[in-house]
Amino acid sequence: MGALLLGELPALPLHTAGKYVAGAYVVLFAIVLIYVAIMSVRLGRVQRELGELLAQSRQRPEAEEEP
Amino acid sequence: MSPPSRLSIATVVVMTVALGLVFFYAPLEAEQGFLQKIFYVHVPLAIIALCGFVAGGIMAIAHLRTRDPRWDMRSYVTIHMSLIFAVGTLITGSIWAKGSWGHWWVWSEPTLVSFLIVFLLYATYQPLRFAIEDPERQARYASVFAVTAGAFVPLNFIAVRLSTAYLHPRVLGSTSNLPSQMALTFLVSLLGLALLFTTLCKYELAAKHARAQLRALRRAAAEREGLTGGENSGAHARRPRSAAPTQYPATAMTAGSPGRPTV
Repeated sequence: MGALLLGELPALPLHTAGKYVAGAYVVLFAIVLIYVAIMSVRLGRVQRELGELLAQSRQRPEAEEEP
Repeated sequence: MSPPSRLSIATVVVMTVALGLVFFYAPLEAEQGFLQKIFYVHVPLAIIALCGFVAGGIMAIAHLRTRDPRWDMRSYVTIHMSLIFAVGTLITGSIWAKGSWGHWWVWSEPTLVSFLIVFLLYATYQPLRFAIEDPERQARYASVFAVTAGAFVPLNFIAVRLSTAYLHPRVLGSTSNLPSQMALTFLVSLLGLALLFTTLCKYELAAKHARAQLRALRRAAAEREGLTGGENSGAHARRPRSAAPTQYPATAMTAGSPGRPTV
């Protein structure tokens, strides 16, 4: 099915302009990718800090229960 | 399904359709041939970046009128995202210029230089913002900057349009006679990138909101324990934070150390 569909599609004229077009679309893809990577690092930091706070809040009642 | 998830899925679907249309539906342009395919990414990026700068200014007006820190946060995120899109515009434009004109940059071309001026103007937004430590003043000054610079964007656009000495092709307007297949592809690409812009803004806002809430939680925990040392005796303890953590507090934009955002 996929091969049939690809067979029907027109061939892309990837001559001298091909590298410029590829470059432009790669730039867009790279910008999105870098942004998502930065977001994931930030999310990881928030998760870690949240975990620390959760651990602190669990430790506190245990410490209060001890005589 | 949550609205951000729906938005993300819509973005992926529309962008995939747009890429399919660009490479397999839109006809080759007679003069530029395959190189013209850059038009479908470069022009929407530029339009969205410029609209984002103006939208940031409008949100800044809402902040100055209401003093609601959420509008300041929205304005900041919109301008931040527009700057990223503007970087994309400059890079894809340079690639197109190299392929079409044989030069990465042409200084005598008003469209290019005016966009660079707008970009450099907004590049000063963040240093200005984070140079001010007081959260109230920071938000107010940033809003005034966003309004002033936002008004400059359409003026700049009109000035360039009135200019006659240009090489850069006019895409939209009375001189354009885009075939329907190209116009459809262009509009779908524009929609796809607009959705991408909105999705990234939503995620950025959600991330900043989560970070602000986490800081508020940390402060509350430290106050309960009566701690005076450690992390909370630093920048957090020195600055009063008045906004409720469930909102987007203006303090979310406060520098943790001079000149550096904590978000």
